[in-house]
Amino acid sequence: MSHLAPTLLAFFTPRSGGSPNANEIDSLYKIVLYLAIVIFVGVVGVLCYALYKFRARRGRVAQQIHGNTRLELGWTAGAVGILVIIAIAMFLKLGAIVNPPDSGATGITLGADGESGRLYASATRHLPPNGKSLEITVVGRQFIWQYIYPGGAGDGLGAPYSFEEMVVPTETTVTLNVVSDDVVHSWWIPELGGKLQAVPGYHNYGWFKISKPGVYKGQCANICGRGHARMIATVRALPPAQFEEWLATQKRELSESEAAAASERAKLDAQRGTAQVENP
Amino acid sequence: MATYAAPVPQIVAHRAEREQKGFMSWLTTTDHKRIGIMYLVLTFVFFILGGTEALMIRLQLGAPDNTLVSPQTYNQLFTMHGTTMVFLFVVPVWAGFANYFLPLMIGARDMAFPRLNALSFWLLAAGGLVFYASIFWNPPEAGWTSYTPLSNAFFSPGGGQDAWIYLVHLTGLSSIVGAINFYVTVANMRAKGMSWGRLPLFIWAILTYSVLIIVAMPVIAAAVTMLLTDRHFGTHFFDPTAGGSSLLWQNLFWFFGHPEVYIMVLPAFGMVSEILPVFARKPIFGYKAIAISTTAIGFLGFLVWVHHMFSTPIPEAVIIFAALSSFCIAVPTGVKIFNWLGTLWQGAIEFKVPLMYCAGFIVLFLIGGISGVFLAVFPVDWQLNETYFVVAHIHFVLVGGAVMPVFGAIYYWFPKITGRMLGETLGKWSFWLMFVGVLATFLIQHVIGLEGMPRRVYEYENVHNLALYNLISTIGAFILAAGVGVTIVNVMRSLKKGAVAGPDPWKANTLEWFTPSPPPQNNFDVVPVVRSVEPMKDIRREIELGSGAVVPAGATVPAGATQVGL
Repeated sequence: MSHLAPTLLAFFTPRSGGSPNANEIDSLYKIVLYLAIVIFVGVVGVLCYALYKFRARRGRVAQQIHGNTRLELGWTAGAVGILVIIAIAMFLKLGAIVNPPDSGATGITLGADGESGRLYASATRHLPPNGKSLEITVVGRQFIWQYIYPGGAGDGLGAPYSFEEMVVPTETTVTLNVVSDDVVHSWWIPELGGKLQAVPGYHNYGWFKISKPGVYKGQCANICGRGHARMIATVRALPPAQFEEWLATQKRELSESEAAAASERAKLDAQRGTAQVENP
Repeated sequence: MATYAAPVPQIVAHRAEREQKGFMSWLTTTDHKRIGIMYLVLTFVFFILGGTEALMIRLQLGAPDNTLVSPQTYNQLFTMHGTTMVFLFVVPVWAGFANYFLPLMIGARDMAFPRLNALSFWLLAAGGLVFYASIFWNPPEAGWTSYTPLSNAFFSPGGGQDAWIYLVHLTGLSSIVGAINFYVTVANMRAKGMSWGRLPLFIWAILTYSVLIIVAMPVIAAAVTMLLTDRHFGTHFFDPTAGGSSLLWQNLFWFFGHPEVYIMVLPAFGMVSEILPVFARKPIFGYKAIAISTTAIGFLGFLVWVHHMFSTPIPEAVIIFAALSSFCIAVPTGVKIFNWLGTLWQGAIEFKVPLMYCAGFIVLFLIGGISGVFLAVFPVDWQLNETYFVVAHIHFVLVGGAVMPVFGAIYYWFPKITGRMLGETLGKWSFWLMFVGVLATFLIQHVIGLEGMPRRVYEYENVHNLALYNLISTIGAFILAAGVGVTIVNVMRSLKKGAVAGPDPWKANTLEWFTPSPPPQNNFDVVPVVRSVEPMKDIRREIELGSGAVVPAGATVPAGATQVGL
């Protein structure tokens, strides 16, 4: 029985538990839910009572009432009052939802060498108080997500990247820069907070911070074509040391394959005698 | 000195015109009642088509990883379903009812512009034809919202997208022409004594509907024209690679799209405000508050479109404005619900089918209204938008808030249109099946969305019990469809076999019940003077008092008395 209540509540609430912003949204949702239940039960209760009590039957005469100004002003004020409460709750919770916290003490070291973490100042984006976060660019593309990690050259080229599965360190504030290469997509991992639409030509910013290692699943939430349902996204959270290891491996493998491709190209060019031709 | 003869009163006898019959008379008619009937029949055909598409969608989602239809077909199905229900059913069905009943309710003999009226019907028919013709080639597949760049020539090269554009143009033009006609008719052709404060609430709703159409439709017309030229004539309005903006489409679309919601539900609210007082046998509670809240909702409806775009990259100030203006809209909406409860309170409620649909409407629309408040809280919306929670919300608003009153209106007005009653027993079956069907289909969809299933996906994995929840929803959809089917059977039977209705079977309040059922071509031989918001109730009272001032046409005349021409 004691297990039933939380299960039932989870049934009626959004997924959460991966990141503080998702948890804050969940608690804001619950405030609205409790008010909603009261209003729904109240209105339906009055409706059912009226339908039963005032049903036509022998001797029943309808009261010819045209209105009641005081009552009408009263319930208008009541409706306003409820919405004011919801608005206050929304603004109280807003900060914790949109403002990312600093990384935890056990998170990865950020911002030392431009290797990880970038400083941004912009009216539309929120950064942790110390300005340091692991910045990952999320690229929406029919029908796969690509993630670009910090660590490229100055122009961003040569940065490590991965497809479909994003790997992140725990206890580290991750800021997302969501963009699209083609049509409108929407980045969404339910346990890690709300959606961010990927609109071509725009940047959309968000964040999450995971404390428990694990895999969090989601998928593209905006119709993007025939493969929309298969545009899966996962986030794998690893302890910082393992993350650093993964990132190093990813970089090494990428540069190795780049080098291999370059030597293949050189070989082909030599065979065709085009090595001397300048790029047009 | 010339002498003048005093004018002699005389009766001029006209040869009675024979009623026009046959196929051609329907094709060429400008009679608002015939146009109204054609509207209702045509929009119901589209309702059945859109419903069939919905059932195919639910069949595909009835099981996880289903392969019943291909991804392409699935995208076409939900695009056709949404577009059909919005542009070819809910918006024009109200134009159909208003066409038939607006002149009757205000005591006019036809619409102000009868030929424009015919034009608006034929534009609608043309739009539907162009759109449905695409199923023989390439139906559109970018959703009824047709976001760019997905709907541009590169990602949607098929002609179906163009068919969608022409549908929006033709039905939009149809709506604008109709709206101007409604407004002009109400402004100029009201019965003597029918001041603005005595206008039936359904007419207030149709007036607001007309203003919303006249303001919102040109915006979507501009947007789809820009999409058309982007697709075929080398412009780049929405192309980010050439300096255009794909967010511009979302802004233009929803600037139209949100008022469109009120275009669909305000006439339904008006309908409920007509039906409830008749069956509670008491006046509407707070006539002024309901009329004012109708216009307030219409106005606020133009300020909230960004709440469809909370997860797009737009400045927070804009988001907060949209959230707060959406909250504001909840106030007049709540006021309406309270006023309806006030109308039932202390009444003598007759459980006839139209009343049942309105009572069901209050419950279902309340759910849709409350889930709307969740979605107006924008951080919560970041979790819920583009999921089945939103699908549930729009269906509680549109099926609960608009389709239920449409069915209430059918049961209420069928006797006036045909002269025959619809069967009460079949009507009650239809109501309960639809009511339970809506709850079974859409309540569980809130949970499906909360569990993380996005909308518009043709398949899903069976995690978090999604298979069970979706199966419940699919079964619910078939219950709902069965309820609709029962009403269709009821209509077919009652056309020939229904009990004869007489002019005023419900003892109703408005002028359409003053004339015989079905009304003659000229609607009224005499139009009574209106002295309150309930002219028919006044007339009945006078007759009951034995004053014999006005006898409703077609009413039983005591034996021995001669029918006096009025």
